[in-house]
Amino acid sequence: MEACADTMMNMSNQTSKRNIRYVIIAIIIIVIIAGGFYYQTTLNMGNTTSTTSMMTEASQGPVSLLGAGATFPAPLLQKWTVQYGQLNPSVTISYNPIGSGGGIQQITQKTVDFGASDAPLNDKQLAAAPGLVLFPETLGGVAVTYNLVQFGIANTTILHFTGPVLAAIYAGNITKWNDPQIQALNPGIALPNNQIIVVHRSDGSGTTYAFTNYLSVVDSAWSTEVGYSTSVTWPVDKLATGVGSKGNAGVAGTVVNTPGAIGYVDVIYAVQNHLGVGGVQNAAGNFVAPNLQTILWAAANATGTPNPVDLRLHIVNASGAQSYPIATYTYILVYKDMSAQPNMSLDKAKALAKFLWWAIHDGQQYSTALIYVPLPQNVVAADEQLLMSLNYQGQPLVSQ
Amino acid sequence: MMNSNPRSRAQKRARPPNFFFLILGLAAVVIPIIAALMLYEIGNGSLSSIDAFGVSFLFSSDWIPNPPNGGPSILGALPSIYGSIVTTALALVLAVPVSLGVALFQSDLAPIKLRTPSMFMIEMLAAVPSVVYGLWALLVLVPFMRDYVNPQLKSSLGFLPLFTGPTTGLGMLTAGVILAIMIIPYGSAVMREVISAVPRSQREASIALGATNWEMIRTAVLPFARAGIIAAVVLAMGRAIGETMAVTMVIGNVARISPSLFLPAETIPSVIANEFTEVAGNDVYLSALFELALILFAIAFIMNLVGRVVINRLSFKVRGELPA
Amino acid sequence: MSFLLSHSRRRKAGNALYIILATACFFAALVPLISILYETIAHGAAALSLAFFTQVSPPIGGNGGGILNAIEGSLVMVGLASLIGVPIGVFAGAYLAEYPGKFGYYVRLLAEVLTGVPSIVTGIFIYELIVATQHRFSAFSGGVALGVMMVPIVAISTHESLKLVSSSIREGGLALGISRAKTLVYVLLSSARSGVITGIALAVARVMGETAPLLFTALGSQLMMTNINDPASSLTLLIFDFGTSPYENAHALAWGAALTLLVIVLSLSIVVRLASRLKVSGTE
Repeated sequence: MEACADTMMNMSNQTSKRNIRYVIIAIIIIVIIAGGFYYQTTLNMGNTTSTTSMMTEASQGPVSLLGAGATFPAPLLQKWTVQYGQLNPSVTISYNPIGSGGGIQQITQKTVDFGASDAPLNDKQLAAAPGLVLFPETLGGVAVTYNLVQFGIANTTILHFTGPVLAAIYAGNITKWNDPQIQALNPGIALPNNQIIVVHRSDGSGTTYAFTNYLSVVDSAWSTEVGYSTSVTWPVDKLATGVGSKGNAGVAGTVVNTPGAIGYVDVIYAVQNHLGVGGVQNAAGNFVAPNLQTILWAAANATGTPNPVDLRLHIVNASGAQSYPIATYTYILVYKDMSAQPNMSLDKAKALAKFLWWAIHDGQQYSTALIYVPLPQNVVAADEQLLMSLNYQGQPLVSQ
Repeated sequence: MMNSNPRSRAQKRARPPNFFFLILGLAAVVIPIIAALMLYEIGNGSLSSIDAFGVSFLFSSDWIPNPPNGGPSILGALPSIYGSIVTTALALVLAVPVSLGVALFQSDLAPIKLRTPSMFMIEMLAAVPSVVYGLWALLVLVPFMRDYVNPQLKSSLGFLPLFTGPTTGLGMLTAGVILAIMIIPYGSAVMREVISAVPRSQREASIALGATNWEMIRTAVLPFARAGIIAAVVLAMGRAIGETMAVTMVIGNVARISPSLFLPAETIPSVIANEFTEVAGNDVYLSALFELALILFAIAFIMNLVGRVVINRLSFKVRGELPA
Repeated sequence: MSFLLSHSRRRKAGNALYIILATACFFAALVPLISILYETIAHGAAALSLAFFTQVSPPIGGNGGGILNAIEGSLVMVGLASLIGVPIGVFAGAYLAEYPGKFGYYVRLLAEVLTGVPSIVTGIFIYELIVATQHRFSAFSGGVALGVMMVPIVAISTHESLKLVSSSIREGGLALGISRAKTLVYVLLSSARSGVITGIALAVARVMGETAPLLFTALGSQLMMTNINDPASSLTLLIFDFGTSPYENAHALAWGAALTLLVIVLSLSIVVRLASRLKVSGTE
C-alpha cells in the first residue's frame, strides 16, 4: 500500500515537473518567435525613429554609410573614407570596390547608400533606377601596363602603342610581342618572340568601359564588332591568350605574376606594383604616358563643359599635344531624393551629402598623391549645383 | 492498489509524446523547408532567363552580356558547363586512383598503430578551408605549374591538343589539380568505409586459400565494394562540381571552350562568384546567373542523391550479411 | 615446377607493386598538406604582430593594418550561425533517432543531400531571401546563410551519435517510467554528449572556413562592424580579397589570416576528436 501511495506521489510529482518543463519550453519558443518579430520591426523602425530626432540641426548621432562600386577610383575613395572618418568620428563610411557594374547594380537595387562607376549609366540603366543622378568626383588615366622583365625589358622602359595596335592585340590579331607592328613603334627595343598574354577584366568594369570606349573611337572594326561597355566579349578569348581577372587589383596582380602579359588598369595600380606603363598615341599623333599633367590636359581639352543636367563626360582621345588619350572621369551615383532608399534616414542622408560636398572640395587635396587629377573648377561648380539639389522628401541636404 | 482509472493514466502517459514530438518534428521539418525554399527562390529567379533563352541556353556558347550595338544580352551556359565538366573530369582522373590507394593503405596495409594517425592526417586535409587552398594554389601551385610542370607536359605531350598554347599556370589544368587535392580526403574516406564494410569472412576466406594481399583485395574486397566505390566517385564528383573559391582563384575567368588544358576557362560556380553582384541592372543577365545556379543545384543534388542512396543500400546489404 | 615458381614470382611482384603504389598514393596525398602547412606557417608567421591582431584592414594599396575586423566578423557570423544551426540541428537529429520511419528516412536523405549543395547556391538563396528584400548587405544575412548550412550537418552528426547509444540504455530509461523527452535529454544526450559536441565543433569549423555564401550576403568591409545589419568582413573574405590583389602587404595579411584561420579550424577539428577519443578510452 505504501509503495503504491509513494508511486502515486512520485507520479504526480513527475507529472507536475513534466508540465513545468513543457511550460518552460513553450515560453522559450514564444520568446524566440517574439524576439524575431521584435527584431524585424526594429529593423524597419530604425529609420523612422531616427527621423524624428532630425528636426534639430545639432550634431548627428553615429551614422554608418555603405558605398560600393568601381575599383578604378577605389584607392582615392578609401583614402577619403579614412580621412573623413578621422575628421568626423561619428560618421563611418565603408567603400567596397566590387567593380563599376556592381556599383550600378547595387545602387539600382538600393542595397547600398551610394554607388560609384567609371562608366556613366546609359539611358536604359537610368530608366531602371528612377531618381538616380551621377556626378564626377575625380578623374584618372587608364594605363596600358605590361610585364617583360623576364625578357630583359625593364619596367621603366616606356613602350609605344597606337590605338589600332592595342585593338589588334585585344582582338587577337597581333599575338607576339615582336610582331612587326609593335616593333615598328619601338625601334630601339629588342622585343621577345613570345606570346602576348592579354589580361582583361572578368567583372563588370568602368575601366573596361573607358578602355573599350577608346578602342572604339580609334578603331572602326572594334567599334562594330565589339563596341564599348562595362563588360564586352573579348575576341582574344576565342584564341588562346586571354585571361580575365577581378578588379583593377586582379588585373594588376595577374600582370605582375605573368611574364609577357599586357593589361589595362588605373595608372596608380601600375605604379604601385612597379609595372611597365606604355606610351599611347593620342589624337595629335604623340606618344604620351599617363601622369597627372597629361591626364589634366586631356580633361582641359575635352569638348564641352558639363551640362548641369547631364554630367556624363567623355574625355577619351582628347585633342591637345600632350593629352593622354585614355583618360576618364569617374562618377558617384546617388538618388536625388534619398528618401527613395529604404535604409536611408534623414540623418544618414545629411551625413552622406556632407561627405560628398567635402569630397569635391577638401577631398581633392588627396588626389595627386594617388595620380588622380583634382577636378577642374567648372566641373566642381556643376557638381555643387547637383549636390545642392539633393534632398530628403524635399528637404535640401546641403547648404552653401 | 491503484485508485485512479487505468485509462486516464494511460492518457496521461500518452499526452507528453505529442508535445515532445511537436518540438522535434518542427526541427526536423525545417530541413525539407530549407530545401524547398532554396529550390523556389532559385527557380523563381531563373524564370526570366528560361523565358528568354529556353533550352538553347544549355547549348549556346556565346556569353555576351553587352552586345556592341546595345541590343539584348545573348547568354549561353556552354562555356561554363564545359569548364566544369573538364576540370571535374581531370580532378577525378587524378583523385580516384589516389583515393583508392589511400583507402586501401589505411584499411589494409597500414600497421595498426599507423591507422589512426593516417586517418587523422587525411582528415586534416579535409579540414583546410577552401579559400586557404585557393591562396596556396594561387601563390604556390600556379608558379610551380607554370615553371616546372606545364613546360614538361608541353615538351613531352605537346602533340596532343590537350597540351598546346601558352602556359600561364592559370587555367583548367591547375584548377583540375587543386580540385583533385581537395576531393581526395572526401573520396578516400567514403571508399575506406565501404572497403571496411566488406565482411571479414570474405577476406579471411581468400587469405586462407593462399591469396596474396593484392589478390585478396582484387577478388574478395573490390567486387564487393565496387558499387560503393562508384558511389564514392559520384559523391566526389558532386563535391568537385560545386567547389567555388579555389577554382575561381586559379581558373583564369574567361568564357572559352578550348581543348587545351593550359588555357584559362571558367566553371559554373566561378561565373556566379565573379559576376553575380555586377550585372549593372540587367535583369536577364541576373536571371541567367540564377539559371546557372539552378543547373548547379540540380547536378549536385542528383549526384549526391544517387551516391547516398547507393551507399545506404549497400551498407544495408552488407549489414544484413554480417553475423548478428 | 619452374612454371609454378615463375607464376608465384609474378604474384609476389604484383603484390609488391600494389603495396608500393598504395603507399605511394598515401604519401602523395600528404605532399600538398605538408606544403600548405609549411607555406602558411612560414608566410603567415612573418605577418603576425600585435598590430596584426588589433588594427583593421588597410585600404587598397595601403601599408600596415591588421585583421581585427575580419576576426570580429567571422566570430559574430559563426556565432549567429551556431545559434540557428545548433538547436535546430540537434533537435532534428533527435527526431531522426527517436522516430525512425518513412518521414525520418527522407528527412535524413534530404539532409545528406543538402550538405552536398554548393555553398555558393546557399549564398544566392539567402541573397534573394534576405538581402534583396531588406535592401542591405548585412552580417545578419551572412550568419543566416552559414546557419542554414549548419543545420543539416549538425542534424546528421547528432543522429549518428544518438544511434550509437545502445538501445538497452534507452529501453532502461523508458522501463523506469521516465518520459521520452526526459529519456532523451537526461539519458541519451548525455551518453551521446561527446559525439554531439564533436559534431557541433566540426560543423563550426566547417562554416568558419566558408567564403562563397558570404560573398553576396556579408559583402565584406574595411571597418569594424558595429551593427549586425551592416556588412562585415570575415577571415575568409579577407583572404580572398587580399590574396587576389597584387600588393605585397596584402599578400602578407592574407597569409597571416590564413594561418589564423587554419589554427582555429584545425584545433577545433583535432582537439575535439582527441577529447572524444580520450573520453571513450577513459571510460573503458
